[in-house]
Amino acid sequence: MAKIIVVTSGKGGVGKTTTSAAIGTGLALTGKKTVIIDFDVGLRNLDLIMGCERRVVYDFVNVLNNEANLSQTLIKDKRVNNLFVLPASQTRDKDSLTLEGVERVLNELAETFDYIICDSPAGIEKGAQMALYFADEAIIVTNPEVSSVRDSDRILGILQSKSRHAENGAMVKEHLLITRYNPARVADGEMLSVSDVEEILAIPLIGVIPESESVLKASNQGVPVIHDEESDAGNAYIDAVKRLLGEEVDFRFLTAPKKGILKRLIGA
Amino acid sequence: MSFIDYFREGKNNSASVAKERLRIIVAHERGQRNQPDYLPAMQQEIIEVIKKYVSINDEEIHVTLDKTDDHSVFELNVILPG
Ligand SMILES: Nc1ncnc2c1ncn2[C@@H]1O[C@H](COP(=O)(O)OP(=O)(O)OP(=O)(O)O)[C@@H](O)[C@H]1O
Ligand SMILES: [Mg+2]
Repeated sequence: MAKIIVVTSGKGGVGKTTTSAAIGTGLALTGKKTVIIDFDVGLRNLDLIMGCERRVVYDFVNVLNNEANLSQTLIKDKRVNNLFVLPASQTRDKDSLTLEGVERVLNELAETFDYIICDSPAGIEKGAQMALYFADEAIIVTNPEVSSVRDSDRILGILQSKSRHAENGAMVKEHLLITRYNPARVADGEMLSVSDVEEILAIPLIGVIPESESVLKASNQGVPVIHDEESDAGNAYIDAVKRLLGEEVDFRFLTAPKKGILKRLIGA
Repeated sequence: MSFIDYFREGKNNSASVAKERLRIIVAHERGQRNQPDYLPAMQQEIIEVIKKYVSINDEEIHVTLDKTDDHSVFELNVILPG
């Protein structure tokens, strides 16, 4: 049985696409056959982060409208076996998505894939609701900042009332992923800590991704950051994938490297 | 407490303000999420009725809905003047 995982947040620009690309790639690296679907219809982005933008021929909406079949549309990753991308349409809008259509495509994908990752658009309206409706599990991407945490709680409310599992009296398995975490600012009392966010949202933590320059570098190059073995963000995503697969892994990158006394005094 | 300690200890830091504000707003929004759709309208109508008889301030009205497994308790507290 394929597992359908939505990567969602409510608030925009918090790191959903970065996370979908990293986690999808990480799962495929462990041998799981994985497809990442870009649900951000009209604002395609995943193809750029995955580095496959020049190989997009057909898109999700073409498949929904029976203008192309899945094997013509899925893009096979150049680096990792077992990894595929289903790109979003650049030209249509979110009204092209219907629950019946999305269900048909997901069912077809479920026949051959182990993991289906749904990269949700921002917001809590139709596009986001389409992306989460069929999910078995949800990764809630949250920045340690008030509006992001509040929106995460709102999207949790939607998962608990307007998803297929909720409508059948079941639960979507929820995971908290805190990203753009800056331990130095947390230590200085300027940023919500991991435990602050955990306490408020009260769902299990699957990963903490530090704020990292390697993420921009990765997106510049179109190589998901999880491939960057030198980077703390890449390693933090590797840990998150292990936890998703049920392994127990200690959390890393939660504290800042100690500053020298001089740097402290001059506030650098 | 020295100047440096003040920042180290992080008392009154902005992160704790953020956490406190989130705690309140999230609890409030969760409460609203689970309430029946008719509740805001019903609440408004009850208040209009009270206002026909006494003049009250909107800030002096407190409404809570407590859910248990088999029933809910709707509580309306209004502070009447004088
Ligand atoms: N850990 C991180 N460190 C530094 N920058 C990051 C990190 N994670 C994400 N970013 C940056 O944040 C920006 C938004 O990331 P991303 O596109 O993944 O967010 P999104 O939630 O998918 O946005 P949207 O809501 O528009 O779909 C990008 O510029 C990305 O490089
Ligand atoms: Mg995105």
